Amino acid sequence: MTSQTITPELEALVERVLERKLDERFGELQSQLAAIERRMSSCERQATAERATLLVFSGEMDPLMAAFIIASASIAMGLEVTMYFTFWGLNALRKTWTFKGKTLPEKMIAALLPKSVGRLATSRLNMAGIGPAFFKKVMDDNNVEDLPSLIEVARDLGVRMVACEMTMGVMGIKREELVDWCDYGGAATYLEHAADSKLTLFI
Amino acid sequence: MTVELDCKGLNCPMPIVAISKAIRTMSQGEELRVEANDPAFKADVHAWTRRMGHTLVDFQQDGRLQRAVIRKS
Repeated sequence: MTSQTITPELEALVERVLERKLDERFGELQSQLAAIERRMSSCERQATAERATLLVFSGEMDPLMAAFIIASASIAMGLEVTMYFTFWGLNALRKTWTFKGKTLPEKMIAALLPKSVGRLATSRLNMAGIGPAFFKKVMDDNNVEDLPSLIEVARDLGVRMVACEMTMGVMGIKREELVDWCDYGGAATYLEHAADSKLTLFI
Repeated sequence: MTVELDCKGLNCPMPIVAISKAIRTMSQGEELRVEANDPAFKADVHAWTRRMGHTLVDFQQDGRLQRAVIRKS
């Protein structure tokens, strides 16, 4: 067969058919490739980032110290760490307190909650405030960092801290009462990290 | 090159935090010499090197004072 027998119409037809067939094949391959790429990047993300997620519910000095010690040690051990503060745990992020613009129940809660992270009760042996003073003295004698410094260390190491907006709402805590470097989120924010974490703690 | 790190007077978790910060600034093969008197240091520095894949070249204890030499991998 010589090129003279192939009419331009025939050639164009063959080209069109070929192109369509190729498109079909490659289109399928491309979408498969994209799916593989997506799965690989999700695997890589899970492999490179080993996570620890701490749900901090307690608001006394001693459980909070334990939470921040584990958070800092986790970073030192090569984990990515997120701490979620809910209910009494929000005490750890308190910067100031205000009655302004609050309803009566919210004002009552504000009056009853600790005013700063340096003035928290202990979970045992609080003895109307003697306990915390006693613990601070003993910790100082033993060169153990106090709670505000432990928070500073964790922050400096890159621990992500998230305040639960739902409990802030329930307790009438406003954003301006919390430190300005924390993030905000809800249960889904917590679970997104917790579900991918090797370590999850409820403190 | 060897880097010296004095963790005496620091308590858990600060020695491990300080070590992990120091090792980040070093190159592979360099050694970090640490002195600490935290009672948890012995167990913690062993666990830390195992977990992070660095080599604990030497560990000495003299009463409460402990000396560790870590080679960065």
